[in-house]
Amino acid sequence: MAINKEQLQIKEPVKTAQPFVCDAPNEQKYGDSPQGLLKYLIVGIVFGIVFTKAEIISWFRIQEMFRLQSFFMYGVIGSAILVGMLSVQLIKRFNIKTIQGEKVVLHNKEFKKGQIIGGFIFGLGWAITGACPGPIFAQIGSGFSVVIVTLLSAIAGTWLYGKFSHKLPN
Amino acid sequence: MEQLIEILKQPWPWYVAGPLIGLTVPLLLLLGNKSFGISSSLRHICAACVPARIPFFTYNWRKETWNLVFVAGILIGGFIAATFFANPEAVTVAASTQEDLKALGITNFTQLLPEEIFTWDNLFTRKGLVFFVLGGLLIGFSTRYAGGCTSGHSIMGLSNLQWPSLIATIAFMAGGFTMTHLLLPYLMAWVQ
Repeated sequence: MAINKEQLQIKEPVKTAQPFVCDAPNEQKYGDSPQGLLKYLIVGIVFGIVFTKAEIISWFRIQEMFRLQSFFMYGVIGSAILVGMLSVQLIKRFNIKTIQGEKVVLHNKEFKKGQIIGGFIFGLGWAITGACPGPIFAQIGSGFSVVIVTLLSAIAGTWLYGKFSHKLPN
Repeated sequence: MEQLIEILKQPWPWYVAGPLIGLTVPLLLLLGNKSFGISSSLRHICAACVPARIPFFTYNWRKETWNLVFVAGILIGGFIAATFFANPEAVTVAASTQEDLKALGITNFTQLLPEEIFTWDNLFTRKGLVFFVLGGLLIGFSTRYAGGCTSGHSIMGLSNLQWPSLIATIAFMAGGFTMTHLLLPYLMAWVQ
């Protein structure tokens, strides 16, 4: 019996080559109703306004950042992390529940080589487009419609990763 | 009210924008147990539109619809900000950055994105190939390879004190510095 269990544990990752571990997972137990989804639209809209009004979507802001010629983006990212960290610690410490009364589920990230290789490639793309995925959507909305091509390319890039991920070092 | 709109029209400082972005983390968690992350939306689009029986794209993407609604909101937010709260002034770019970019052939600093590059006219030129197609491909490919982008790793991951996210963030910055200082001059020369 014990041997069986061990075999299963070894075999499992091989059998399900791609266990679904989403990087931004939905852990809510009950499905979202269309009305329930509306709140994410509103959060997204506010988020998009902040992105655009703080000019985080500007190609020039990203250039300033990578040329160390402005503190702005470091201030944005640094203070965002600080507020996020404080909030997550408060949620954990006081076991704050979701509005549906569920326990908040947080995932640990597992180290993979992809975080170094993929992360480095992401930096290359970030400095070319002047945008990470969030700002791409805000750039399109704020009138730079040609960025739709960047978005379509990014979708194609994601697809290529999915197609060839098993051949990549990880 | 008019005064408020005048204030809103000004570019928002980092100490307003940063904390608001940070608050997205607890907001999404408490509204419905959702972890903050944007690049996942690209995967869900693949899963919904072109799964092609690839294991990486065969999952219940409908459960993650919220993520697609969220990024649709970001797009609408960009539209609202640019339409109703647009800053009448030109974007301010650090003088030293302007100098550096002028040397690379970018001289128009009025819009949020350089007009020399981000127009439809450039789509079928070398500029389009580098800045839209290559840039997009790199971002889409690498965010999944790294398992997240600035939101998923740098903000959500670091908020949750995950050291792999710190490594990813350092790699993001290393890539950005490499592109900006070592490769961009060659790319800009090639697209001129």
